Amino acid sequence: METEVLTPEVQEGFDCVYNKPDTLTDTRFHYCPGCGHGVAHRLLMEVIAELGIQEETIGVAPVGCSVFAYHYMNIDMQEAAHGRASAVATGVKRVLPDKYVFSYQGDGDLAAIGTAETIHTVNRGENILMIFINNGIYGMTGGQMAPTTLANMVTSTSPYGRSTEWAGFPLKITEMLAMLPGAYYVTRQAVHTPNSVRKAKKAIKLGFEYQKLKRGTCFIEIVSNCPSGWKMNPVDSNKWLEANMLTMYPLGDIKVPVKEGQGE
Amino acid sequence: MEREIRLMKGNEAMAEAAIRAGMKAYFGYPITPQSEVMEYLFEQMPKRNFKVLQAESEVAAINMIYGAAGSGARVMTSSSSPGMSLMQEGISYIAAAELPCLLANIVRGGPGLGTIQPSQGDYFQAVKGGGHGDYKLIVLAPNSVQEMADFVFDGFKLAEKFRGPAMILSDGALGQMMEKVALLPEGSLPHTVPAWAATGKPANRPPNVITSLYIEPEKMEMINHTLQAKYKQLQKEEVRYEDYQTEDADIVLTAFGLSSRICQKAVDLAREQGIKAGLLRPITLFPFPEKKIAEIAETAKVFLDVEMNAGQMVEDVRLAVNGKKPVYFKGRMGGIIPSPEEILHEIEQISEQVLSYQN
Amino acid sequence: MIKGYIAIDKEICKGCELCIEACPQGSLILSQSINHRGYRYAELKEDNCTGCTNCALVCPDAAIMVYRAAKAKKAV
Repeated sequence: METEVLTPEVQEGFDCVYNKPDTLTDTRFHYCPGCGHGVAHRLLMEVIAELGIQEETIGVAPVGCSVFAYHYMNIDMQEAAHGRASAVATGVKRVLPDKYVFSYQGDGDLAAIGTAETIHTVNRGENILMIFINNGIYGMTGGQMAPTTLANMVTSTSPYGRSTEWAGFPLKITEMLAMLPGAYYVTRQAVHTPNSVRKAKKAIKLGFEYQKLKRGTCFIEIVSNCPSGWKMNPVDSNKWLEANMLTMYPLGDIKVPVKEGQGE
Repeated sequence: MEREIRLMKGNEAMAEAAIRAGMKAYFGYPITPQSEVMEYLFEQMPKRNFKVLQAESEVAAINMIYGAAGSGARVMTSSSSPGMSLMQEGISYIAAAELPCLLANIVRGGPGLGTIQPSQGDYFQAVKGGGHGDYKLIVLAPNSVQEMADFVFDGFKLAEKFRGPAMILSDGALGQMMEKVALLPEGSLPHTVPAWAATGKPANRPPNVITSLYIEPEKMEMINHTLQAKYKQLQKEEVRYEDYQTEDADIVLTAFGLSSRICQKAVDLAREQGIKAGLLRPITLFPFPEKKIAEIAETAKVFLDVEMNAGQMVEDVRLAVNGKKPVYFKGRMGGIIPSPEEILHEIEQISEQVLSYQN
Repeated sequence: MIKGYIAIDKEICKGCELCIEACPQGSLILSQSINHRGYRYAELKEDNCTGCTNCALVCPDAAIMVYRAAKAKKAV
């Protein structure tokens, strides 16, 4: 996979104000055009670069579209079985308590097969950052219904739209987790507009800074599009996200540390 | 090495040995008949240098093991049959990612919810690999509280030498009974964090990635070749067994773990009646002592395999004997422990019918 | 008006058009030519870029570098 190294000569009198962080490898993302995973990966690695913690961080990515995350993230990583990322991350954190540990999971992984691990990791207040990409569908396996699939949303296993009588309701797991005392910082972000990207990055930065305080689990849901799964082009998918996903999954902080203040 | 003598339950002796063997972390879940392992560890944690965490399920526990082992720590878990079944997927991942760790299965009667009485019904799961794909566990089968403690040290050593999961295959009786045990001292098995571990990438090396995913089949096959090469080496170098009077034996019993103690008594009783019996006890169930059994098959007239299951190791015995001699089987299931007399009766019957002994 | 420009790695770009959507100046467009994977890649069509970085923020492939004219150095 050859990648063209981007080295245009900087025109005289111009500063580079934005560049890909070196905590991302040169491997080209395999994600579908317009997929939010790529933005989430980039923000995560930008924060790790800016906090200077590349040498202190261990990431855990499970089965799902992001299973190849370790090809893109220039840090030590572990690839977990489907649903088990937060248990793997627990194992890492318990033996390396002073390292930064994050898990990065999709909605099927975190809120279906891994529900027990998710709830109990947060209930133990594991000092890790849990990143949860919610695109309301199983992407890697071809667009099946996920726990967070909206009512009447068409997927390959709800071809006539998700019937709540038959297949239950969209699972708002983030709100559930916020109730647990072990949850220290819980927020829901998105990456479909420049503004939401800026906010999501701030949240991820807080998620890592809080981890140093060892006061519990930081949990960041990122509502994201899935152009292929939703069978839309990328621009329309973000419009659809705005109109549909965000009504069921409203953005914003759900639980913030009582003493307002940066992770000093 | 100065050993400390104690009278302990098998489960607790194993836990104490793990602490002394430098176990850094234990992740487990309660299940009879082995919950004492974790209870003992929680009691000891504040006074010793290790961590123990109770997980929400065996599925979570084995994946915590994966994470901690992947980050270079010496780790252990234990469970019993139904719980060990839940761990199988994780164990396959651990074997594929070449992560050293120690597992203990304190086997109970099955299948299904079964009973809490001792059994050997998990032999196939342990030895043939209970999860998906071609992989093996190093399997040590203790037959005493002493061995439950000693095999913790051996298990960690082998797991780390061959970078893979090792398992102590014990049972509810050995776990629950108390016997004298001479414990190795703390510090007799030093540990260093391996270079491949995911501990945070320093500037001077590329990332360490712990994974079992190889989407290119050529790479996946290469990983499989690596694993198979290890298993060949294990088969060549690490076979262990105990040979009890098989040299001149006409009838050789084969049995592991608890059954082997019962068979040893039966051999003594048979010898008192002039029946030349002997016992070959595999200690490593993988790597299996097939060569030794094949040798014995040259001199012995008949084999009697005794297990607390419906007949599992007997298949490997038959493979090793390779048709040279008949291999009989005596098994008790459901958690029943056979008595020495019961086994003696089998020996006498076989002797009369097959060996036409005139006693 | 701050002057800026961007550099898009046309071989990495997958033509998702999210940058085009996000550009407040409307200075981006899908090219007529395709990269080696067959995607029409995004490129600057106007030179009214202000270097605001919106395009880079939403780019799912980290394919965009953004430059902004250095502020005139204050006379010392």
